Amino acid sequence: MANPKPEELAKINYQALKKGWTETPTVLQKGIFCYANKPKSLEAVSMPNPRQWSASDEDWKLPDNWQEIFIEGLRERVNKYRSFRLFLDICVRCGACADKCHYYIGSGDPKNMPVLRAELLRSIYRKYCTTSGKIMGKIAGARDLTVDVLKEIWYYAYQCSECRRCSVFCPYGIDTAEITILARELLNLLGLNIEWIAGPVANCWRTGNHLGLQPHTIKDTFEMFIEDIEKYTGIKVAPTFNRKGAEILFVIPSGSMFADPGTYTAMGELLLFHELGLDYTWSTFASEGGDFGFFTSNEMAKRLHNKIYEEAKRLKVKWIIGGECGHMWRVWHQYHNTWFGPIDFLEEPVSPITGTKFEHSKSNKTVHICEFTADLIKNGKLNLDKSRNDNLIVTYHDSCNTSRGMGFLEEPRYIINSVCNNFYEMPPQTIREQTFCCGSGSGLNASENMELRLRGGLPRANAVRHVHQKYGVNMLACICAIDRAVLPPLMDYWVPGVGVTGVHEMVGNALICKGEKKRTTNLRGDPLPGMEGE
Amino acid sequence: MGLLFSFFAVVALIVIVFIGVNGANLHYLFGVIIPYAAFLTFIVGIIYRVLQWGKIPVPFRIPTTAGQEKSFPWIKTNNIDNPSSGLGVIIRMALEVLLFRSLFRNTRVELRDGPKLSYGSSKWLWLGGLAFHYTFLFVVIRHLRLFFEPVPGVIKIVESLDGFFQVGAPVVYITDLIFLGAVTFLFLRRVIIPQVRYISLAADYFPLFLIGGIGTTGVLMRYFLKTDVVGIKELTMGWVTLHPVVPQGINIIFYIHLFLVCSLLAYFPMSKLMHMAGVFLSPTRNLANTNRAEMHVNPWNYPVKVHTYYEYEDDFREKMKAAGLPVEKE
Repeated sequence: MANPKPEELAKINYQALKKGWTETPTVLQKGIFCYANKPKSLEAVSMPNPRQWSASDEDWKLPDNWQEIFIEGLRERVNKYRSFRLFLDICVRCGACADKCHYYIGSGDPKNMPVLRAELLRSIYRKYCTTSGKIMGKIAGARDLTVDVLKEIWYYAYQCSECRRCSVFCPYGIDTAEITILARELLNLLGLNIEWIAGPVANCWRTGNHLGLQPHTIKDTFEMFIEDIEKYTGIKVAPTFNRKGAEILFVIPSGSMFADPGTYTAMGELLLFHELGLDYTWSTFASEGGDFGFFTSNEMAKRLHNKIYEEAKRLKVKWIIGGECGHMWRVWHQYHNTWFGPIDFLEEPVSPITGTKFEHSKSNKTVHICEFTADLIKNGKLNLDKSRNDNLIVTYHDSCNTSRGMGFLEEPRYIINSVCNNFYEMPPQTIREQTFCCGSGSGLNASENMELRLRGGLPRANAVRHVHQKYGVNMLACICAIDRAVLPPLMDYWVPGVGVTGVHEMVGNALICKGEKKRTTNLRGDPLPGMEGE
Repeated sequence: MGLLFSFFAVVALIVIVFIGVNGANLHYLFGVIIPYAAFLTFIVGIIYRVLQWGKIPVPFRIPTTAGQEKSFPWIKTNNIDNPSSGLGVIIRMALEVLLFRSLFRNTRVELRDGPKLSYGSSKWLWLGGLAFHYTFLFVVIRHLRLFFEPVPGVIKIVESLDGFFQVGAPVVYITDLIFLGAVTFLFLRRVIIPQVRYISLAADYFPLFLIGGIGTTGVLMRYFLKTDVVGIKELTMGWVTLHPVVPQGINIIFYIHLFLVCSLLAYFPMSKLMHMAGVFLSPTRNLANTNRAEMHVNPWNYPVKVHTYYEYEDDFREKMKAAGLPVEKE
């Protein structure tokens, strides 16, 4: 299905319907929802109700007692998560969150207002978990859980990227991500996932990574990186895999091993670590920093990420560096320690190059590669030639997860400013803690929902367009694998002429290595500025 | 529908008290029993709800980080919006509760041709909300004079501040005016802004009508309809001293006012108004972002089924060996 033209898509009507939302039935639109999970993806990880089904079918082949399962699941979770219970109880529907959501801004669909997305589930909670809802029914904002209501919850739970932007503006800190996370968890009790999430989860379970890259394939991929790096720099990097006794385990999102422009980021990282002589190892087992289990259920997230620490323990490394990835860092930062702690078999991270102690990660022993590199630069350990990135006029997209689930704002900017000369910020309402989602986060980066992605990505793209027109920005930097995969088509659609890069790709380009040949191209094989004729 | 239902629900409350007091002479019921019951429901209800929330675990440390985290000494930390200490959390919470800091960030999106999205500052809701809550607080404090004999100096000070602009006798309280204005604003935005109307439920209109009714009857009583202030104080002091008496001759408007207040108190614990207590418990606001520095314990953390390295190696051993990757078992 062809996507509408940008000028068509940008005609957005924000005037909500006259009738109240409960009287407005939801129709599932093609281009907005993702394909249903395949039975084999659920079977691989023993998730309930594996069967062939499709969202456009009338019959979703639910178990006979599906209502009971859903309601019992809901009751269980409102007693396990204070956040969930509180957020269902205290919303006053002031509407401050409404136009903070990129999906609402891009679609105008009133049920994409965060308050209403939560209200879809809240109405069920009232009906089955509160006295006033049981007695007063509709007047208390309660409604019955019917098949249509279930479909509506599914439809909108997969139109939220768990970006937490609404939560910044909510006077009570109500976090729609929390609602969506648990709504998806409930839906998964009935086998209602999307294949774009369930497939990677199944892959990750068996091969250790979302893409299903097997150990020898990962090795082969790196052989190509090694060749390319040698071709462009004259340096032959020699990464090791599954090596016991290395000081550091390095884990990146598998997307960076697989597709451009993420691969250039991986190459930049290889080059950097080689130049430092860092004693580190990759792992073909812990070959995924990201966690699509996080978009499925708390339990699945934990099941998939056990491998990170298990592998660190097996290889007897001292600590872990994590690559550039958004939701990976939400999970590593906010969940790892709780799931797997205390991490007493690793040591408190200390940079072997600068001696800097990473005090803030002394308990969970994971350091973001941008923290590691920023510290190197600050201590003057890197020899950098910024001018090699002079062809780039750069702006920086904060990943939702690292900004609002971590507060990781300055380190990447410090690195960017150290490796390139032309850096311009997008408007303040679209960056840092107010950053806009790429439109495809939380497992919504499929292709069948491209209209949703283009709509959801409009606020981000529009801010890029602003700096593109004002400063001639031609490169969008980011520290997220999903960003690197989804921003290129988003830019092509809304802001042609803007490319996408990881931060460590730019580091790799600017890095002057010992014994390198005269660099004429960057890591993409494109000529460096001033070297076009060579 | 929610709007009309809520309106008529409040009208019905007024009719009930009118018939009850003027028709059936149930002064003791409306003047003593119902106020006691409502007050008890309010207190017990709030405590119950807070304890109910309190006993639910906070499995994960999930602050919404709205500023730079604490990392290196040479990077400036945002200690308020991304606190890494208890003090930071207290400041963040204080600003949230006392000044509605998050709401202050509010923006309004505008889409122009191009397309061009812009995000203008939008402080009206913040201002209206702040005006509403603070004037409500002032009014409640002023009412405390009914429960003390002699009236404490603090309350008199609040009154004199409030009545600074004396327009005539009786003194016009500024808070009364702002309060009614703010309630009207909150109601109008609910009805006029299409998105807000779309999300509004009876549970949103009802408290507004109720509070509007309380404010209106209060103002009527104070400035327009003569009420027996001495009699009222006799009644309220009777409540506090647990020797309730019902003085004769108190105007019906007082009973209406009182009954609406009682309705609000009784309704409070089961409604969204519990945000007053809930805001303090919000895990995205009241937790420090110390995730990697300190372990946060989830009381219901349980072991999960995992796919171990050894299972992985069993699956891929030959391929790993062929690729020259080290294995545990040859």
